[in-house]
Amino acid sequence: MVRQHSEPYLWLLFSAGGVLSAMLMPSLLLLFGIAFPLGWVSPPTHEHMLTVLGNPPTGLVLLGLCVLSLFHSAHRFRHTLHDAARLAHPMIAVLCYGTAVAASAFAAYLLWQVS
Amino acid sequence: MADQIKLQVARYRPGQESEATFDDYDVPCPKEWVVLDGLNHVKDRIDGTLSYRWSCRMGVCGSCGMMVNGEPKLTCATFLADYAPGPVRIEPLRNFPVIRDLIVDIGDFMRKLATVKPWIVREEEKPLSAGEYRQTPEQLDDYKQYSMCINCMLCYSACPVYGLDPNFIGPAAIALAQRYNLDSRDEGSAERVAVLSEHAGIWGCTFVGECTKVCPKNVDPAGAIQRYKLTAAVETVKAFFMPRGAQ
Amino acid sequence: MSQSQEQPEYQHRVLPPHISTFWWLEKGSYFAFILRELSCVFVAWFVVYLLLLVRAVGQGDAAYQQFLAWSATPLILLVNIVSLLSLVFHAVTFFAAAPQAMVVKVGPNKVPGSLVLAGHYAGWVAASAVVCWLLLGA
Repeated sequence: MVRQHSEPYLWLLFSAGGVLSAMLMPSLLLLFGIAFPLGWVSPPTHEHMLTVLGNPPTGLVLLGLCVLSLFHSAHRFRHTLHDAARLAHPMIAVLCYGTAVAASAFAAYLLWQVS
Repeated sequence: MADQIKLQVARYRPGQESEATFDDYDVPCPKEWVVLDGLNHVKDRIDGTLSYRWSCRMGVCGSCGMMVNGEPKLTCATFLADYAPGPVRIEPLRNFPVIRDLIVDIGDFMRKLATVKPWIVREEEKPLSAGEYRQTPEQLDDYKQYSMCINCMLCYSACPVYGLDPNFIGPAAIALAQRYNLDSRDEGSAERVAVLSEHAGIWGCTFVGECTKVCPKNVDPAGAIQRYKLTAAVETVKAFFMPRGAQ
Repeated sequence: MSQSQEQPEYQHRVLPPHISTFWWLEKGSYFAFILRELSCVFVAWFVVYLLLLVRAVGQGDAAYQQFLAWSATPLILLVNIVSLLSLVFHAVTFFAAAPQAMVVKVGPNKVPGSLVLAGHYAGWVAASAVVCWLLLGA
C-alpha cells in the first residue's frame, strides 16, 4: 500500500509548473523585459493590455502560470538548499511552500482585480 | 615516451593507518592495456599487498569499479593510453565505506536491492504443464534496457544525493525495480511501490542525471527514476481518492 | 536480512565515506546541474515581474507607462537579460529530460525520443506565437 505523504503531490505541481514556465515565460520576458523597454517593438497600449488581461481564459492561463510556477520554484529551491548547502530543516519547506501559497493568493487577487 | 605511466593508487591499511594515503607505481603502458592490467601488474610484480576486486575483465561482472582521475569507471574498460602521459589517480569507489585499499563495502546497496524485490513476483505461478511465459519483442523492449544492470555501483558513486543522504535507495535499486515492474510476467508492482514511494525512495532524486552518464551498460537509471516518479505519483493520488482495503 | 546479524569484523575499521558540502564545484556537469536548479529563482522573479505588470495595468495608463520606463532602467534590464538566459536554460534542460522521463506509445510502438523532444519544441514555438499574437497582433 502506498503511504500518503506530500512529496508526490509537490512533485506533480513542480512538473506542471516546469512545463508551463518553460513554454510561456521566455517569450513573455523577451517582450516585456527586453524588446519593449529597448524599443525593438512598440509595446501594446494600456487599453490593449486591459482587454487582454480582462479576457477570462487569458486570466485563467496567467493565474495557472503564476501558481504552478511559484510551486515549481518553491519545490526546486527547497531541494537545491538541501543539495547545494545541506540545509534540510522542516521550516525551510514550510517557508518555501508557504510563500508560494501567499504569492498565489496575491496573484489571484491582482488578476481578478484587473479583469 | 608512452612506455610507462605513473599510477597514483589510494591505499588504506586498516589497523595500521587511520587515513587513506597514496602510493605511486610506474607500470608499462601498451596501447591495449586497461587500468586493471596496470593494477594487476602492480600486484604481480611490484607490490603484492595492493587489494582490489576484479573478475571477468570484460565489463559484465561489475566487480572492478573504481574512481579513475575522479570519475567512476570500470577499470577493465578504461584504457591506460587514454590517460597518457599520466599520472592516473586510482581511488576506491566514492560514497562507499572503504574496507581496504580499493575495496569498498557495498552491503548498503545489497540490503537496499533486496527491499525492492528484484525477482518475478506472481500471485499464482503457472504449472509447468501450462508451458513458458511468452513475451512479444515489444514486451521485452519495455524492460530490457533496465535488465542490463551489472550492479557495478558506478551510479551510486556519481550520485551526489546518495553521497549527501546515505538513506537514499539509489539509482541501480530503482532501475532494477523498474526492470521487474515493466516485465509483463511480473505482478509485483504494488508490493514494490510501498518501498519506492518512501521519502528515501525515489523522492530523494533531483534528476542530476550523473548516474546515467557514468553507467557502462546504458541502463539510464535517471530515466527509470523519472518514469517511476510519475507512476508513483499517480498511484499516490489514486490511493487518496480510492483507498483500497489493507493488502 | 535480520538486523541481529553480527557485524563483520572489519566494520569498526572502515573509512567512512565523506562528501564536501561544495561537491558541486568539483565537476562541470555538477555545476551545470546547480545552475539549472537555480533557474527557479528567475522563474520566481518573473512571476513577481508579471504581477507588477498586472498591478500597473490595473492602476491605469500612467502606472503602466511608468512600469515600462522602469523596465528600461539598466538594473532591471540586466536582471531581465540574465533571467531570460536562465529561463531559456530551464526550458532547454526541462525539454531534454522529457524523452527520458516519459515513454509515449502509439499502440505497441514506442515514439522515438527525438519526436517527443521535437513535440515539446513545437509546443514552445506555438505558445510563443500565441503570446506574440495576443500582445502585438490582435
